[in-house]
Amino acid sequence: MWRDALLVAGKDLRIEARSRVATNQIAPFAFLVLVLFAFALDADRTVLAKTSAGLFWVAVLFSSLLAVQRSASVESADGARDQLRLSGLDPAGIFLGKAAAVAAQLLVLEVLLGAGVVILYGTHLSGILLIVATCVAATMGLAAAGTLYGSLAAGLKVRETLLPLLLLPVAAPVLLAATKASQAALDGTPAAGTGWVRLLAAFAVIYLTFGVIAFGSLLEES
Amino acid sequence: MTSTIAPTTVETAPAPRRKGWIGPTLGAAALAASAAAAVQGLVVMGPTANQGQYSRLLVVHPPLATGAYLAFGVTVVASVLFLIPRTRRPEWDQLAGASAEIGVLFCALTLVTGSIWGHNTWGVWWTWDARLTAEALLLALYLGYLALRRVPAEETVRGRRCAIAALVAALDIPVDHFATSWWRTLHQGSSISLTQPDKHLDAAHGVGLLLGFIAIALVYAWLLGHRYRLEQLETRYESEGLSLALEERRAEGVER
Repeated sequence: MWRDALLVAGKDLRIEARSRVATNQIAPFAFLVLVLFAFALDADRTVLAKTSAGLFWVAVLFSSLLAVQRSASVESADGARDQLRLSGLDPAGIFLGKAAAVAAQLLVLEVLLGAGVVILYGTHLSGILLIVATCVAATMGLAAAGTLYGSLAAGLKVRETLLPLLLLPVAAPVLLAATKASQAALDGTPAAGTGWVRLLAAFAVIYLTFGVIAFGSLLEES
Repeated sequence: MTSTIAPTTVETAPAPRRKGWIGPTLGAAALAASAAAAVQGLVVMGPTANQGQYSRLLVVHPPLATGAYLAFGVTVVASVLFLIPRTRRPEWDQLAGASAEIGVLFCALTLVTGSIWGHNTWGVWWTWDARLTAEALLLALYLGYLALRRVPAEETVRGRRCAIAALVAALDIPVDHFATSWWRTLHQGSSISLTQPDKHLDAAHGVGLLLGFIAIALVYAWLLGHRYRLEQLETRYESEGLSLALEERRAEGVER
């Protein structure tokens, strides 16, 4: 299962590296969201610095929608899904691999967005360890839930509109917990954030487990 | 002209007849229980010292919330049964869909009645409290589920897809239910306690709450029967055509 996961993750990341959709479209989109927040909040630095944790995670959430859609559409073209089934790879491995590839892209994006937040909003970084833990746990949860719903909606005519409706409510607890944890780190009270990180970790474990179990029956469909 | 649509005859095997008495009996019982709950809530129960007239909402709000859990719970069980290959039957998928629709209705009504109560007690229509937020998320999750059900696909493919979505959505149910004990919320804890029955409620309110629960359970069962029947007819319509379903529905009306 783990070897299959590595193979699939490697394949997805290679596709992304070659097609450059993530670097040329998703990352600029996330940056654009940051800039739009500044417009909406009247470019008031005190407000922006105070709300930067929440704005950061909303930007990540929106970008994750694109990453997930991209990850699923790679499989839906040219009958790739059937070939994946024929390849004899373990469905659980395929799920973990795809989720890992999405998570890797999101983590890179979060580093870029973090830099953007510091530069554009004038946020003062503190509690780096807690922030890193938050990012890793939240990203794993987002990637797991996203991959699950991405393949669910893949191949449907209405997938562009359906995926956000399905994924955003599921991801809302991640947004909440990640914002609280990051805010605690930025406020210099990391002790207040550990409970939220634990919640994020629980979310990630639940969705990863669920995906490992259920992905096989999702792949069955044409 | 008595009818705009001429009755059509279709030369296929007749649909299995619906058993005649369960539905009407359930309907009558639901109506009677609702009437009893209304009388108890509006006439017998007096206004309380703390919450005045708004305490009457006790008869509808907690039963509606529990009814929504019940409905989503049935959806979850039916979805699991559909996902397991050995017990996979289209009926489970139809039952899951029918129950989820009623759940969404109850969930929305819970939010509405709670909002009316909150406007009086908390002074706001809505507040970002853990329980309220979790309930609103639950509504959004199952609205997504219903949207997914409307996406046309081959029957088993759609069923499997929907069953997985229903299970993912169900993860929010325990969060919603335990929100009042996990976080310090504005929403009060449970009104009844199994170990201390008379802790929060006087007799009249206790009876009102009980009648509310019975009424909602019966209304749920009655609606579920009808909705499930409609789901089946819809499936038949998709496979055999509208005329047959129309004829059958018409025949049911004549029978009564």
